[in-house]
Amino acid sequence: MDLSLSDEQKQLQDAAERFVRDKYTFENRRKIAATEKGWLTENWAQMAELGWLGMAFSEEDGGYGGGPIETMIVMEQFGKGLVLEPFLPTVVLGGGMIAKAGSKAQKESLLAPMIEGKKQFAFAWLERQSRYNLADVSLKATKEGNGWSLSGHKGVVYNAPSADHIIVLARTSGSAREEKGLTLFVVDAKAKGITRRDYPTQDALRASELTFDKVSVGADAVLGKVDDAFGVVEDAVDHAIVALCAEATGCMDAINAATLEYIKTRKQFGVPIGKFQVLQHRMVDCFTNAQEARSMTLMASLKIDDKDSVVRRKAASGAKVQIGKSGKFCGQSAVQMHGGMGVTDELSVSHYFKRLTMIDLMFGNQQHHLTRYSNLAMAA
Amino acid sequence: MDLALKPEHKAFADEVRAFARANLSPATKAKTFSGKHYDKDDHIQWQKALGRQGWLAYTWPRKYGGPGWDVTQRFLFENVLAEEGAPRIIPFGPKMVGPVIYTFGTDEQKERFLPGIRSSEVSWCQGYSEPGAGSDLASLRTKAVRAKDATGDHYIVNGQKTWTSFAHWGDWIFCLVRTNPEAKIQEGISFLLIDMKTPGVTVRPIVMLDGAHHVNDVFLDNVKVPVENRIGKEGEGWTCAKFLLANERLGIAEVPSSKRGVRSLKDIARAEPMDGRTLADDPAFTAQIADLDLQVQALEMSELRALSTMALGGAPGPEVSTLKIRGSEIQQRITELTMEAVGAYAAPYQPGLLFQDTNETPVGPDHAPPAAPRYFNFRKTSIYGGSNEIQKNIVSKMVLGL
Ligand SMILES: Cc1cc2nc3c(=O)[nH]c(=O)nc-3n(C[C@H](O)[C@H](O)[C@H](O)COP(=O)(O)OP(=O)(O)OC[C@H]3O[C@@H](n4cnc5c(N)ncnc54)[C@H](O)[C@@H]3O)c2cc1C
Ligand SMILES: Cc1cc2nc3c(=O)[nH]c(=O)nc-3n(C[C@H](O)[C@H](O)[C@H](O)COP(=O)(O)OP(=O)(O)OC[C@H]3O[C@@H](n4cnc5c(N)ncnc54)[C@H](O)[C@@H]3O)c2cc1C
Repeated sequence: MDLSLSDEQKQLQDAAERFVRDKYTFENRRKIAATEKGWLTENWAQMAELGWLGMAFSEEDGGYGGGPIETMIVMEQFGKGLVLEPFLPTVVLGGGMIAKAGSKAQKESLLAPMIEGKKQFAFAWLERQSRYNLADVSLKATKEGNGWSLSGHKGVVYNAPSADHIIVLARTSGSAREEKGLTLFVVDAKAKGITRRDYPTQDALRASELTFDKVSVGADAVLGKVDDAFGVVEDAVDHAIVALCAEATGCMDAINAATLEYIKTRKQFGVPIGKFQVLQHRMVDCFTNAQEARSMTLMASLKIDDKDSVVRRKAASGAKVQIGKSGKFCGQSAVQMHGGMGVTDELSVSHYFKRLTMIDLMFGNQQHHLTRYSNLAMAA
Repeated sequence: MDLALKPEHKAFADEVRAFARANLSPATKAKTFSGKHYDKDDHIQWQKALGRQGWLAYTWPRKYGGPGWDVTQRFLFENVLAEEGAPRIIPFGPKMVGPVIYTFGTDEQKERFLPGIRSSEVSWCQGYSEPGAGSDLASLRTKAVRAKDATGDHYIVNGQKTWTSFAHWGDWIFCLVRTNPEAKIQEGISFLLIDMKTPGVTVRPIVMLDGAHHVNDVFLDNVKVPVENRIGKEGEGWTCAKFLLANERLGIAEVPSSKRGVRSLKDIARAEPMDGRTLADDPAFTAQIADLDLQVQALEMSELRALSTMALGGAPGPEVSTLKIRGSEIQQRITELTMEAVGAYAAPYQPGLLFQDTNETPVGPDHAPPAAPRYFNFRKTSIYGGSNEIQKNIVSKMVLGL
């Protein structure tokens, strides 16, 4: 057993730390969030140049042969800076599914340019009724000549406003909520019949509601096998969950550091408020929570490529439960210990708090994953 | 002892309900149930209607123009209004400075200020906190120096107040100021009423984490305040301040609105789809609602016990701090569970739907847009009115003798 980073991984960590320090001061982030698309082309180009967009993919797919640990390292730093570039939807989800299920042609036309920073993706799975059930899909794809025609609705599709391609989870057969009968399609974001309603999210990202009205795609738009996408999707989402957990640990480190600094400097009753034992203990609990979050994230990152799908799924859900719990504790505590300042837009704490809150709601909250974990654990 | 309502109380509740239905603007009521923020008119129109009925200052004794209600009537009044979707009464006039004025003020002050509070003709805000004086309120530094000129005796006030809720709507602000820098810190404080139109008063908005604007910085720059605007003796402002804080803490348990919150959470759970059924069919979620429901019941009963002590002539004691602590935690838990009930559709941020009169449609279900912003915003409830840590310090010292 060895839980230390290799030299290369340390270099990656340093580079990511540097990126965040240079590009994501809190004031810079505010400016980036206020731009039209909500992220910067130059930052994305730099991520491509640094090799981050390809690091987790195999060399034969045009990547640099890393894996979930590399993703974890970078995402953690992104969490510290509340980075806004669409790494998760494009690289982890989109890239991940193409690498896993894509044909050689798809890898060449989609994955290779993505690694170069020239293509972005959005993953459209959620629908109004889906809640956190990945199989609760009713957007329909029906055969149309050689190709397919897609009709239906997708919601809260992160990065849809910027994506070149939307990866759409559609029902090609089977009944509602059946895992069998789901198919993935790679659709040009500008295809005729797609209507988009864009909006910002609570945590300054961008997302859209998408309506598909008889959107025609060719047979080559199918990603993976027809009717058989569920496993690919579940696995990609579990990878995304682990990446989000890493982001959340970065957020927790940052919010804890900010709070520690604040309670050392803010004075009331003639002393720094950090002299009050109730705050000291709460601060200790914050650090303990962040430690547990980091441990579970590392565990999940190490297990997420396991051969056994039960191990993978338990790892992702287990980590997500921890992140939900710890993120809430650290977020709420940080706000509380900042007093009135904590509920203003002015300081970074409220922004970390909002991001941590939204991370809990992405791909299933703490309760959802506790149920999923307990079903898996009891079955074994 | 009896929990059941007497017939005359039932009739009273009906009267209040009929009044609310006749006088509360449908647009305001709709905002309550949709979670949209009220504007000044929503509050003032409603408060003026209550004022005309003699009900705005509903906790006041008859002698000062209140209705002289008993504890049960107040309880029913608050509950019925919450059920009907009335905005909460902005407390600074009728619940805070009004009682201070009729308890510590002179007859002239009572005549001058109480009518405008009872009618909601005059809006008030609370100038206690300062950048350096939050939990440690007594360390406040806003200075008031006595001076005299042709127009008479007055104070020249300099300093900064912060977190002043609704200062941007306020006609008057009641302030704690330091009149004697030499005295022991609590003894050098006086209670002043300041007309916000006086030259030297500047209000600057503070943006909250959800984008809302309720609180402000208030800068006081050589503000001239006539001596007759001081309540109580010079140096006795701390007595007024503490009297007011005890009243404030009772009010902010917010039981009626929490009951409404739990009801609406149940409605949302019944409306939110999940696996072909609804979230209300998920026992893991409904158990959390039930737990919250019970917490609200315990709080309500505790508040009733406190009110019943007061009805027998007792003053609200330090144990009301426990109501504030639990009340704030419960409000926060309601907003948290509501957001979790909404799930992924809590993510879209639609400020237009929260703060403005737009015809924008919600991205998700109608109940989604305010869910996350409310959760964020309601973190304030364990901070304002004396943070929960401070409340616990008070209970441990005053009640438990630690
Ligand atoms: C099963 C058991 C086995 C033990 N075995 C051994 C042994 O083998 N050898 C040995 O030497 N001792 C042993 N101990 C003693 C143990 O180390 C003491 O019980 C412990 O240090 C606490 O001391 P105390 O019991 O006097 O409690 P106290 O020190 O009186 O503490 C009472 C409470 O006050 C709290 N408290 C005290 N000071 C503070 C503070 N500054 N801030 C906040 N809270 C505070 C404590 O956390 C505790 O909740 C054992 C105790 C137990 C219960
Ligand atoms: C939305 C909102 C509206 C408000 N409206 C008004 C208003 O209208 N008028 C007005 O005058 N004020 C208002 N306030 C101010 C409010 O009363 C203060 O925010 C509050 O008293 C806390 O002070 P602070 O923000 O300076 O925090 P601090 O006092 O700096 O506290 C920071 C943290 O330290 C903790 N702490 C401080 N002292 C101790 C101690 N001795 N022991 C343990 N922990 C301690 C606190 O609990 C808190 O967690 C409002 C505040 C908010 C957020």
